[in-house]
Amino acid sequence: MIEEEAVSLHESPARAMNMIEAINDALGIMMGHDPDVVVFGEDVGYFGGVFRATAGLQAKYGKTRVFDTPINECGIIGAAVGMAAYGLRPVPEIQFTDYIYPGLDQLISEAARLRYRSAGEFTAPITVRSPFGGGIFGGQTHSQSPEALFTHVSGLKTVIPSTPHDAKGLLIAAIEDNDPVIFFEPKRIYNGPFDGYYDHPSKTWKNHPGGQVPEGYYSIPLGKARKVREGQAMTVLVYGTMVHVAEAVLAEKGVDAEILDLRTLWPLDIEAVEKSVEKTGKCLVIHEATRTSGFGAELVSLVQERCFYHLEAPIERVTGFDTPYPHSLEWAYFPGPVRIGEAVDRLMKE
Amino acid sequence: MVDHKASGSMARGNLPPLEMHVPEPRFRPGDPVDYSWLDIPPAGALPRFDEACEARDTLPATMGMIRVLDEEHAAVGPWDPRLDAETLRRILRTMALTRAFDDRMYRGQRQGKTSFYMKCTGEEAVSVAHAFALAGDDMVFPSYRQQGILIARDYPLVEMVNQIYSNRADRLKGRQLPIMYSARDYGFFTISGNLATQFPQAVGWAMASAIKGDTRIATSFVGEGSSAEGDFHAAMTFAAVYNAPVVLNVVNNQWAISSFSGFAGAERSTFAARAVGYGIAGLRVDGNDALAVYAATQWAANRARANKGPTLIEHFTYRAEGHSTSDDPGAYRSAHEREEWPLGDPVMRLARHLIALGEWDDERHAAMDREVAEEVRAAAKEAEKNGILGHGFHHPFHTMFEDVFEELPWNLREQAEQAIRERATKWPDRAPPGTEEKARERGEGA
Repeated sequence: MIEEEAVSLHESPARAMNMIEAINDALGIMMGHDPDVVVFGEDVGYFGGVFRATAGLQAKYGKTRVFDTPINECGIIGAAVGMAAYGLRPVPEIQFTDYIYPGLDQLISEAARLRYRSAGEFTAPITVRSPFGGGIFGGQTHSQSPEALFTHVSGLKTVIPSTPHDAKGLLIAAIEDNDPVIFFEPKRIYNGPFDGYYDHPSKTWKNHPGGQVPEGYYSIPLGKARKVREGQAMTVLVYGTMVHVAEAVLAEKGVDAEILDLRTLWPLDIEAVEKSVEKTGKCLVIHEATRTSGFGAELVSLVQERCFYHLEAPIERVTGFDTPYPHSLEWAYFPGPVRIGEAVDRLMKE
Repeated sequence: MVDHKASGSMARGNLPPLEMHVPEPRFRPGDPVDYSWLDIPPAGALPRFDEACEARDTLPATMGMIRVLDEEHAAVGPWDPRLDAETLRRILRTMALTRAFDDRMYRGQRQGKTSFYMKCTGEEAVSVAHAFALAGDDMVFPSYRQQGILIARDYPLVEMVNQIYSNRADRLKGRQLPIMYSARDYGFFTISGNLATQFPQAVGWAMASAIKGDTRIATSFVGEGSSAEGDFHAAMTFAAVYNAPVVLNVVNNQWAISSFSGFAGAERSTFAARAVGYGIAGLRVDGNDALAVYAATQWAANRARANKGPTLIEHFTYRAEGHSTSDDPGAYRSAHEREEWPLGDPVMRLARHLIALGEWDDERHAAMDREVAEEVRAAAKEAEKNGILGHGFHHPFHTMFEDVFEELPWNLREQAEQAIRERATKWPDRAPPGTEEKARERGEGA
C-alpha cells in the first residue's frame, strides 16, 4: 500500500512502468522542463545505458545534452562540478555504485563542500545516479551498497527509492534540489519487486501498486519516509530492495509491523522514525550493506538516543555480513527471510 | 625455503640485478649551485605557431621554451605580444603589488594575526600576465598560488586580508583556511585544499560554456607536483575528447614542498610534452618572462575561443620562497638555488625591459614600490578593524551550520543550538545566545 503523501501536481493518469522506465521518464521530463539539465556517463548516450535508463534521450535532446564519457569517474564527477559552477544542472551516471570510488574525492572534497566553502557563491546541484545493491549474482564489484560512505559526508543527500513510483518522483526532486544528491537505484528491483525468495519465479512491477506511475511531472519531497505498512508490533526501518523482503517476511509471519521505507537516508525523516518507534516500542533496522559502521548503526544510535524510554527490547539490526560481496555464496550473504525472520522472532519474544 | 631473490637472479645469471631509481635533486642544503646543465633556449628562437594548428605541430614548443625578453631586456621574436608601454607598466605594478601583499601577509602570519600564509614570490608573472591576457569574464580555476589573478582583476585587497584574518568581514565567514579565496564575481573559482581537483572542474565549466554556445573560456592551474594526481589525467582526457575551450596551466616551480620536480616526472620529460600525447596543444614558457606568459596565454585563449580546442601551458619558474609559512626550505634545498636561478626575477626583468624602452626608470620604480607597500598597508589596517584570527570579531556561531545545505536540516538545527548553549556555559558572563551582535559591537567577540 502506498500512502499517497507524494506531491502530485496533476491528477495524471498512471500507467504501469518498471523502475528503469520510471527513471527514464523522470530524466526525459526534467530535460524537457529545464534546458540546463544535462545527462552523461559511460555508455549513456547513443547506446542508452547498460541498464537502458537513458534510452532514447540522446535522440530526443541531442548530443550536447546527453553524451557518452571517457571511462573515468573522477572526470565524470569533476566535470559535473565544473558544469554546476557554470550554472548547469548535471545528472551524471556512475555505471555501478561499486565504481564510484575513483570519483569520491570530487564528491566528498568538492561537490559536498562547494556551497559551504564558498559561502554560497558556488553550488553543486548535481544528481549522481548509480545502480546499487546485490541479489543479481554480481559478485564483489557489481553488488555493493556503500551508502554509509555518503551519509557520513556533510553536504550530501542520499536517496534510495524502492518502487518505480517513488523512483520517478524522487529523481525529479533530486534533480530540482540545489544540493548534491546521491541517487542509488537498487538494480535487483529494476524489473520487479523482490521478496528475498531467489528460487521463486521473478515478479514484475505490473501488478504492484508501486509500479503504477503517474504520467508527466510530479515530485516526492526529499527527506520524507513512506509508511509501507501501518502496524503496532514493531517498527521496521528499511530502504531499497530490502523494503520488499521485509514486507514479505513480516506478512508471512503475520506480525503487525509498521514498515517505514526511509527513501531519503540523509537528511533522515527523524520525525517519522520517532513517531513510529514511540508507538510500537520496538525497532528492527534492515539493510543489505555490511554491518559494521553501516547506516544501520546511525539508525540504531538515533533510535536509542531519542526513543530510549519507549523501547521494550534491544534494537535489532539485520544486515549483510562484514565481508566483500561473494559470488557463489550470494544467498548465504544476502539478509534474506531466514535472517530477518530470526530477528523478528527475537523482538516478538521480548 | 626457496630464496626467490637468489633463485631469480640465478635463473637469469647473465642479467644484472634490477635497480630501483629514486630521484634525487642536484643540490641539497649547503651545496654550491651550478645551473649550467639546465637547457635554457635563447629568447625569440621558437616560431609562433598558427593558433589553429594541429596539437602535434606544437611539439617543438613543448620541448623548447617560449621566451620574449632577451639578455639585454629587449623583446624579441615572433612571440612578442607587442604590448603598449602603459599596459606593460600596469602589469609591472600589479606584479609589484602582489609581491608587496605577500610580504605584508607573511609578516602578519609571523605576528600571529593569522594561522597561515603562502607567498608566490618569483611566480608573479605566471598569474598576473595570464590574467592580463584573458577577458575579465573568463573563469579561472586557480590553485592556491595565483593570488596575482585576483589582484590583476582588481579584487579589493581588503577583502583578501579579511579572508586571511578570518574576521567578521570575511566573505567566507571564517570557514576556510587563509588564502583559499572565492570570488565568483571576479571569475575566480573557490580554492580547494585538495590538489588538482580544479583541473577537471575547469574542463567541465568549459564544456558547459560550449554546451550553452557561450563565448567565455575557462583556465586552470596546478603545480608540477600536483600534475601527478589522477585528476590531471582526467582533465586532459576530457578536455581532448570534448575539444573543451580551456587553458590548462602547470606551474613548474621546481618544488612540491620538499620534493623536487623529479618526483612528478621531470627527469624524463617536460610537463608541456604530456599535452601532445592527449592530442592537446602544448606550450612551454619562461614563467619569469611576463611577455612570454602573456603571449602564450593569448595564443591559447584565442585557440580556445575559436573552437580549436584546449592548450596545456607549462610555466617554467622557480618557487623562490618556502612552500608556506609552515615550511622551512633550508631543510631540503640549497639556499643558493634562488640566487643562481638562470631565469631571474619576473618583476625586475619587466622593469629593465621598460627602462630599456625609455618608459621607466629607477626613481619611478622606487616610488612604485613605496606606493604599493602603502596600498597594502592601508588595506591591512582597514581589514584589522574587522578583527584578526583568534581575537574576537568572528562570525556568530550559528553561521558554522549554514550553507552545508541550502536549508538547515534537523540535525544541524539541533547542533547549532548545542553550540550556542556551549558558548553560554563557557562564558556565562558574556552575552546570552542570540546576542552576538551586541557582544561584537562591544568588541568582545566570543
